[in-house]
Order: sequence, then structure tokens, then C-alpha cells
Amino acid sequence: MSMLMERKMTVENDKHVKKSSNSHRIVYDTKDLNLWYSNTHALKDINLAINEKEVTAIIGPSGCGKSTYIKTLNRMVELVPGVRTTGSITYKNKNILDKSFKVEDLRTQVGMVFQKANPFPKSIYENIAYGPKIHGIRNKKVLDEIVETSLRGAYIWDEVKDRLNENAYGLSGGQQQRLCIARCLAIQPDVILMDEPTSALDPKSTLKIEELAQELKKDYSIIIVTHNMQQAARISDKTAFFLNGEVIEFDDTNTIFTNPADNRTEDYISGRFG
Amino acid sequence: MEKLDTLKLTSRMNARVRKNAIWKSIFFLSTLFGLIVLAVLIIRVLTQGAGWIDINFLTGRLSTDAERAGIMGALLGTVWVMLVVIPVTLIIGVGTAVYLELYAKRGKFQSFIETNISNLAGVPSIVYGLLGLTVFSRLMDLGNAVLAGGLTLSLLVLPILIVSAQEALRAVPGHLAEASYAMGATKWQTIRRVILPAALASILTGSILSLSRAIGETAPLTVLGIPAFLLPFPEGIFDTFTALPMQIYYWTLDSSLVAEYANLAAATIVVLLVLLFVLNSIAIFIRNKFQQRY
Amino acid sequence: MAKNSDSKTNNAVNVSEMIVQNKKKKSMSNLMEKLVPSFLFLLASITVLTTIGILYTLLLEAIQFFKAVPIWEFFTTTELKPLSQDPQFGVLPLISGTLISTVIAMIVAGPIGLMSAIYLSEYASDKVRKVFKPLLEILAGIPTIVYGFFAFTFVTPLIRTFWPELGATNILSPGLVMGVMIIPMIASLSEDAMNSVPNSIREGSLAMGATRLETTFKVVIPAAFSGIIASFVLGISRAIGETMIVTIASGSSKNFTFDITQSMQTMTAYIVEVSGGEAPAGSTIYYSLYAVALTLFVFTLIMNLLARYVSRKFREEY
Repeated sequence: MSMLMERKMTVENDKHVKKSSNSHRIVYDTKDLNLWYSNTHALKDINLAINEKEVTAIIGPSGCGKSTYIKTLNRMVELVPGVRTTGSITYKNKNILDKSFKVEDLRTQVGMVFQKANPFPKSIYENIAYGPKIHGIRNKKVLDEIVETSLRGAYIWDEVKDRLNENAYGLSGGQQQRLCIARCLAIQPDVILMDEPTSALDPKSTLKIEELAQELKKDYSIIIVTHNMQQAARISDKTAFFLNGEVIEFDDTNTIFTNPADNRTEDYISGRFG
Repeated sequence: MEKLDTLKLTSRMNARVRKNAIWKSIFFLSTLFGLIVLAVLIIRVLTQGAGWIDINFLTGRLSTDAERAGIMGALLGTVWVMLVVIPVTLIIGVGTAVYLELYAKRGKFQSFIETNISNLAGVPSIVYGLLGLTVFSRLMDLGNAVLAGGLTLSLLVLPILIVSAQEALRAVPGHLAEASYAMGATKWQTIRRVILPAALASILTGSILSLSRAIGETAPLTVLGIPAFLLPFPEGIFDTFTALPMQIYYWTLDSSLVAEYANLAAATIVVLLVLLFVLNSIAIFIRNKFQQRY
Repeated sequence: MAKNSDSKTNNAVNVSEMIVQNKKKKSMSNLMEKLVPSFLFLLASITVLTTIGILYTLLLEAIQFFKAVPIWEFFTTTELKPLSQDPQFGVLPLISGTLISTVIAMIVAGPIGLMSAIYLSEYASDKVRKVFKPLLEILAGIPTIVYGFFAFTFVTPLIRTFWPELGATNILSPGLVMGVMIIPMIASLSEDAMNSVPNSIREGSLAMGATRLETTFKVVIPAAFSGIIASFVLGISRAIGETMIVTIASGSSKNFTFDITQSMQTMTAYIVEVSGGEAPAGSTIYYSLYAVALTLFVFTLIMNLLARYVSRKFREEY
């Protein structure tokens, strides 16, 4: 068995012993992160240590930098021209902001689910097989298996197993979003970033995605940006509150929502602004 | 301030409304004018030429005898030329569009190339003929072979194809590329497997439309010295050829000598227009059938 | 829902492992990643090469021509006799032929194109527009050789039935047909310009009790003016460069005249005649092709640049 999997098993066992955040290893360690879009200072001195195999929620009003931050974690933020960063984000002992770090490698290990479901205009099968294929997996049997496991992992297999060759655009919005999650799972990342994954969905589909996130955290570290505070309270272990590009507070979700240390957090949570 | 004389105002208002109605019909008739000419043109060509189209006309060889003349050679010539134009324009056109839209940095160089392309689109086709004559016919010694004609026409329609391919690529929503990058795909993988397939239908539509421009183009071919009377059929890209528009040209010119040639020209025009109509229908079909809704 | 929760660890295939394995032999795709942009750059530079090719060919051969015929003589004399014993190369007859055919074409295409644009943009319902616009596109898609045939075998004989002085080849009828050919271009570009005038401006005028007509002429057209001018300039450029209609229907008379019933040769038609004839490479008459083509190229280039300049000013207005 591979080293990778052994490590996962150990972490798995740890969790049963003691359900405290201390037992978790850190997956992303952000130190003094600053980010500018041209002249706009979008992230200011961010320091965050995000745990493995947990759901970490990032909340805050729009324009607070939460989306920018999550896109920095897989360097998708670089698609915007004129972005500059300082500071470091350590992932697996390496600084991912370092120019020598290959973004393709990073993004292979860190999956992402977007605000609006964005399946490719291809068949359901091809959507899932896309990731494995671009990473050189061509064997039809292996692909078949990956497709099934991934769809099962995203709890959408039963709904689509009879129409794998149909265009993904025929699915409902909620199904499309779960398909996008399945597409992430197909390359077995370590982390899944979710950027307001339910903001375009109805309550029923939202619930399904939330349940899915709960299930997935057994195997994956999940970081979710949301503007829905109930959602953060329902599904996350830890919550970070962002305001004007700064982390105001980062703690156990319970603490954030019941006994926040900062007035601004309390104001936001009680709906006084945002 | 003087009080408004309501009576005067009403009568003036009526005059203004009448004037509006009159001009509306003038504008309408103007719009109709072009279409009436189009109708006259088509009816004229059909009545003059349709009777001459039969299997012998379509499959026969050229002849000075109007009754026996056929356009197979010109049809084959047109097909051969298209077999050069299609791959050349598709590769260069789509390649250029991909470069400009997805690789080139926004800046002076990119806007220089784009300005250049839009200027090329405005160069008269006959000037392309001279370029072809100098470079392909003389310098590369291709004479009046299919390849010389095909390359000349390719350069001519390239700007049109590039612009339409650029529009097709721009229409592919950015979130598809994002999804691909987020899976760890490289730029070329994303272009080849996501962006190009998504833009394919529009690119094909655009290329068929620019192809139909090339099929009807005559002026550059006259400069290349495409022969008026050619009996052998072209069998490859290095053979001398004639094409449908060239045949129309010569028959029209000589109709002052032999009156029936005008009918042959009309018949050839019918064939050419049918060909263009079919191509355009295919383009519209592809656009409607395969264009993605995102 | 909880069933199969360990989808990842229970996987029969370990994908991340396989990906790591594949990474090692990925040098091929890395190579592609570097080669593709350079290859596409080469393709993109073909368009630049085309421009250089056009300029180089025209200039190089035109310079040869101007060695034999002084540039001053070329542009100021009215005698064009390339084939006579004592050849004369004055380009003015060709320029006058080009200008007259262009003027006739624009007399047709300008007003009718603009009025069509007004109808389509300001008066027509969506339904009517959906029918008319594709039909105008068909008109624009007819090959020019077909228009040439139409001018020569239909329009000229038609006009001659009530105006017998008209020559069998003349500049009038190709000019008129060229005008019809350019109508769709002016109509569609002007309509675009008028469509981009914000509706609020229109409503402001209509709300004051102005009729559609008054709104169109006092508000919409002034606002879209530069776009409309640009469409006219492009129409002129198109007419100057048009070849087959005039070649077929206007004959090859090289007289310097302004009589529209007579045959006149345009610059484009001259190029067709001389290049299709037996001009031996290296002769003055052969080089004259390029001098005429260069003149033509400069004419159309100026028009195209002018159109761009005008429409760019237009864009700044909103």
C-alpha cells in the first residue's frame, strides 16, 4: 500500500480516538499573506492554519476577500492579470506561492467546486473522465471504474448511471453541481475547495451538497466559502470570519457562532451588516 | 410668452404625422428595392439558364459548341481549389485566432496584428491576385495550377475566418476553462480539450461562410491567368484548372460573339448559386443544431 | 447516504498514485506546452507576412515602372496607350473611371442603404426585421461575377431600350449594379450604428411629442452620425476595389472622359486586362500593373483607415 494511503489510514484512526482539532494535522499554513489586484489591496496579513480532514468555513460580507483567499489556495487567482502576492502558504512542507511550485501539480492535489456549476459541454462520462485523462490515464477499464467510484462518492451515481453518455447540460442545477464534485473526486485530491457551491441552488439541492460535504470530510480536507451563515454553522468544524481583506476571527465554529471574541464578528453574525 | 394656438397646433400636428407616414413608406420601399433587384436577378438567371442545365451540361467537357458544352472541368477545378483552401485557412485561421485570443499578451503587438488583419480584410481582392501572381505563380513557379489559385484565395479569405474564429473563441464562457485549470490541466490541454471543442460549431459555421466567399471569387483568378478554354480535367493540386466563376466570366464576355454563351453563363451561375445556397444552409444547420447553450 | 463513505480509501484503483506515476513520463506534454505557443505565433505571423508580401511586391515592381515612366507623368497625364508603338502611361483615365463608377454606386447605395437602415432600425417590427435582414445578407453574398453578368446582359440592354445613346459597354450600368451590391453593407453597418444609440435618447424625444421621423433625423442620426459616415466610407472603399462588375460591363476604353454613357476602364479592370493579356514579365506594361495596383491599394487603404478613425471617434461618444 502506498505511503499516501497509510498516512490517511492513520489520520482516520486518530480521529476516532479523540475528537479535538488538536489531533488534526495542518494542511494549509498561511503566513502573512498579502495580495494585490493591480492597486487594490485585497488580502491583508492573513494568518490561518487550516486542518486536514475538517470542514473549514470562510464567511464574511461580499468583497471581504474570502473568494480571493480560497482561489489563492490553488493559485486560480493568477488567472486575473496583475495579481501580486507576498507571504507564504505552506502545503505539504512547500510554499505554494513559490514560482517554482508547478500550479498543475498543486491543482491536481487540490480540487475546486465553483459558485456556478460548470460542467463541460460533454457527456456525463467524459466530464468525470476529463481529469484522469489529462493526467495520462487512458485505460478504458480503469476509467470506467473511476467514473463509477467518483459518481458514487458524490452520491449521484444512481441518478445518472443509465445516461452516462448524455450531455451533462441535461442535468438539473443541483445534479450538475454534484457532478462537478464527482469530477473533482475523480483525480483523488487531498483538498476540495468550495467557492459558494450552493449559492445558485434551491434549498433541497443545497441540503444534498451539505450532507455530501459532511461525508467527504472523512477523506478530504474541505474549505468552503459561503455567505450563508446557517450553512457554515451546520457543516463546518472551524470558521474564519473575513472583513475588508483581513481575518477578524478564526476559531471552532461553535465558538464563533455562540461566543465570538470580536464585536465585528458578532455584528456580522447577528445580521447587523453584510 | 405667447399663448399656444391649439387650432394651429393640431393642424400642424396632423401634417407632421402625415409626413411621418409618407416617409415611413419611402423607407420601406428603399428596403424593398434591394430585395426586388435580388428577385429580378434570380428570376432572370433562372429563366435564362435553368433550361440549359442537364446531365450533359453538368458532366460534360467544355466545347465551343454551346449545345455540347459542359462544366465538369470547372466544377472539378472549384472542388480542387476548395481542397486547398479548406485545410490551409482552417489551420492558419484557427491557429491565429487561438494565438490572439488565448496566448498573446494584451498589448502593442497583439493590437498591431489585429489592426493588420482588419486592414487586410479591406484590401481589394485583385491585389491579392497580384500577390499570388508574383509569389505563387512566378516565385514558387506554380503557374496557374490549383495550388497557386488555392493559396491565393486562402490568403484572401483568411482575415474573415480569423475574425469569426476569434468571436467563436471569445463566446466560450470563462468558467469552462476555469474548471479545466482547477483540475490541474495545462493551458494547451484546456484549449484542445475544452475551449476548441466548445467553439467548434461556430468556427465551422464561420469557415463555411468564408469558404463560400472563396468559391465565388473571380478577380484574383483572372490575374493568375486561369485559362479560358481548358479541356483536360484537373487531377491534382499541380494541374492547371479553371473554376466556375472563371467559366461564367469567359462565357459572359464572349456572349457578344455567340449569343447562347449568355445562357451557358446563366446556367453556370445557377449551379454556382445552388452550391453557395447548399453551403450556407449547412452553415446555418450547424449553427442551430450544434451550438452550445451555456 | 452513508453507505460507501470510504469511496476514496476503498478504491480499487488508486488514481492519485497513478497520476504521480504518469507525471514522470510527462516530458512529452511539457514539450507540447512549450512548442504550441511558438507554432501558433508562427501561424499568426503569416498575416503579417501577407501584408509585407503585398507591400513588397507592389512597391518593388512599381519602382521598376517609375524608372521608365516618371511618377509625375503617370499621375498627371490623360493618355493611356500601353500597347501603342509609342506607349503612354497616364493613370488619370483609370482614376476617372474608378471615381465615376464609385460616385454612381454611392448615389444608389448611399441613400437607399441609409433609408433601409432607418427602416430596419427605427420603424420595422422584430418580425419584419427577422425576414429582411437574412434576405439582405443573401444580396451581400452573391458573387460579384454574377452582378457583372447581370449588369452586362440585363441592366445595360434594359436602359438602352429607353436611352439608345447608351453604349453596349458603359460605366453607368456597372455603377448602378455596384450600388445595389453595396446597399446591404451600408444598410447593416448604419443599422448597427443606429442600434447602438441608447433608447433613452429616443424616448426622450418621442415623449416630447416628436414623431418617429423627427426623432430619427434630429436625434438618432446625429447621434449615430460617425458610424453612418464610416459605413459610407467603407462602401466607397468597396466600390473602388470592385473588379468583376466593371471589367465585364464597362469595357476597356481608356479615354479620359466624364460621359457616363461611354465605356471607361477602372484601375481594377485595367489590372485584369493587362495581367490576363500577354504582357511579358519585365516589360513596362507589365510593371504598370503594379503601379496601378499600388495606386488602388493606397486609395482603399486611406478609405479603410478613415473609416476606422471615424468609427473610433464614434465609440468615444458613449
